[in-house]
Amino acid sequence: MTSPAEVPGTGGADDGLAVRTAGLTKRFRSGQVAVDGVDLRVPRGAVYGFLGPNGSGKTTTIRMLLGLARPTGGRAWLLGAAMPDEATRVLPRVGALVEGPAFHPYLSGRANLARLDAGDATADPRTARRRAEAALDRVGLGAAAAKPYRQYSLGMKQRLGLAAALLQPRDLLVLDEPTNGLDPQGTREVRHLVRELADAGTTVLVSSHLLAEIEQVCTHVGIMSRGHLLLQGERAALTERGAARLVVTTRATQVTAAVEVLAGVGLTEVAPPDGIPHPARVDGPVRITAALGPTPPEKVSAALVHAGIDLLGLEVVRPNLEQLFVELTGEGFDVAR
Amino acid sequence: MSLAEAPAAPPVPAPAPVAWLRLLRSELRLVLGRRRNQVLLAGLALVPVLLGTVLALTRDSALSGQGPSFVGQVTGNGLFLVVAALFLCLPFLLPLCIGIASGDAVAGEAGAGTLRYLLVVPVPRTRLLTVKAVAALVFAACAVLAVAVTGLVVGALYFGLHDVTLLSGSTVPVGEGVLRVAGIVAYVALSLTGLVAVGLFFSTLTEVPVGAMAATVVVAIVSTVLDSLPQVSAIHPGLLTHHWFDFAEFLRVQVDYGVLGQGLAVQAAWVALFGSLAWARFTTADITS
Repeated sequence: MTSPAEVPGTGGADDGLAVRTAGLTKRFRSGQVAVDGVDLRVPRGAVYGFLGPNGSGKTTTIRMLLGLARPTGGRAWLLGAAMPDEATRVLPRVGALVEGPAFHPYLSGRANLARLDAGDATADPRTARRRAEAALDRVGLGAAAAKPYRQYSLGMKQRLGLAAALLQPRDLLVLDEPTNGLDPQGTREVRHLVRELADAGTTVLVSSHLLAEIEQVCTHVGIMSRGHLLLQGERAALTERGAARLVVTTRATQVTAAVEVLAGVGLTEVAPPDGIPHPARVDGPVRITAALGPTPPEKVSAALVHAGIDLLGLEVVRPNLEQLFVELTGEGFDVAR
Repeated sequence: MSLAEAPAAPPVPAPAPVAWLRLLRSELRLVLGRRRNQVLLAGLALVPVLLGTVLALTRDSALSGQGPSFVGQVTGNGLFLVVAALFLCLPFLLPLCIGIASGDAVAGEAGAGTLRYLLVVPVPRTRLLTVKAVAALVFAACAVLAVAVTGLVVGALYFGLHDVTLLSGSTVPVGEGVLRVAGIVAYVALSLTGLVAVGLFFSTLTEVPVGAMAATVVVAIVSTVLDSLPQVSAIHPGLLTHHWFDFAEFLRVQVDYGVLGQGLAVQAAWVALFGSLAWARFTTADITS
């Protein structure tokens, strides 16, 4: 269904958005609404972190974006082309990793890439071999290219999935959980790869249920929960919105006094870590947290020093996306954790 | 491409025939290169070898008097080993192989998850299904040829190739005999096209390839059972397997192409019906695997 107010007569006009959906909805035959009226806006050139817990509708949204599943409501455009009608035209410019890698187990990594390349009507068969090798090298699989896929580790499988997405130059990459199964080193490499591709002008839509893994590379963020897009926008702007907290480190013996000072300068939610300091560490450092509110941090430090409290540390903590998510939904982010 | 630049020109697709052929070659390499399928073909090829060996050792057809007359003639003329082996494979072994190959076509890719990656390449769904169908048909042809070619070689080695005695008792020269047997091979291969279409349809319904394979084989078996029940004789002419053994027509002095045409028409009808169903299903289904 088109929503005429949002979709101008030009339909898939190129409006500077690499991915756009309007009221995108998927209701399964069971009646469950997996995706409910999602309006994605991914600007060209952005690295868009598509975040949400497992089961929040990210993958179903991505399946609809790529034409694998039909929306039961709303519309979607990739690079200005309506999906799924213009899939044949636009998908060659889109690289995708959907819900984990999947390849023929008894074929080598190289043969699997050749198989996918053979399906691409826009791919030049003469350069197929060279492009496959380049893609394999890029994800660090060059040495394992001849091994059958079934012998790959989970991390190698994930890398082969990325290599498939990089077989051709792409304008848009849709990467669904690209860091799944990767060790910290592999995760760093994926982040690096995403940044590199983004620097070269490729728009990247990357989904993850692990906020921290992806957060740092994103220019934009959209947060899904229970089929709804809770919010989206530039990452910096979103995290500014959250309430900053102040963390004061002082001596255990001075906790009570420090708490009084903090409350005195107008901070709320002042919380010493665990009430009474442990006798054994009676003079050890203790962290007190408080909601900063509009109070300038320097006023707090001055008040503490003035009260004769030993200020061992003072830190302003801006919430990260995970905390923002918890604030928005009142629930933990990663249901799998 | 930077933000300020105009979007890159869309990639130019290759001319349609080139794109089709490239995908088909890849598909054939996948189907025929697969160890399991090679084992199936080897297993089929073993049937004439075993049959020929048994008949050569006993020099007396165990089947003579029971089976059709051409089985009894094998020891006299190696050419008949082709016919006898096809006769033995047609009720179960060939449908089994066809069921495995066609049932696996789409469901195998769906089960492995490779289907979604092919579709986002993008391979248009109609093109993918057509290529899958062609590859399954090629495999069916290979299955029949595996029996026929081995039968011919083994038969020639054990019993030699001689003038062919037809069902009526009259004899045609060996050259014409070979042509007639080639006609039988072609008819048997074409008789399996309906089952390929059925298998392909089942294959679009599930992401569990074994389910589609089993369902396909069951269709062939149920068809055979129904064909043996006189109570439902009204539906016999339309049954998938009813005309399979009409290949014996090639062994008559005057081949009745009307009978053969009828058999092929029934296959064409099954192909049209289940091919359409497979297409309707596959081009609209949500890929959730």
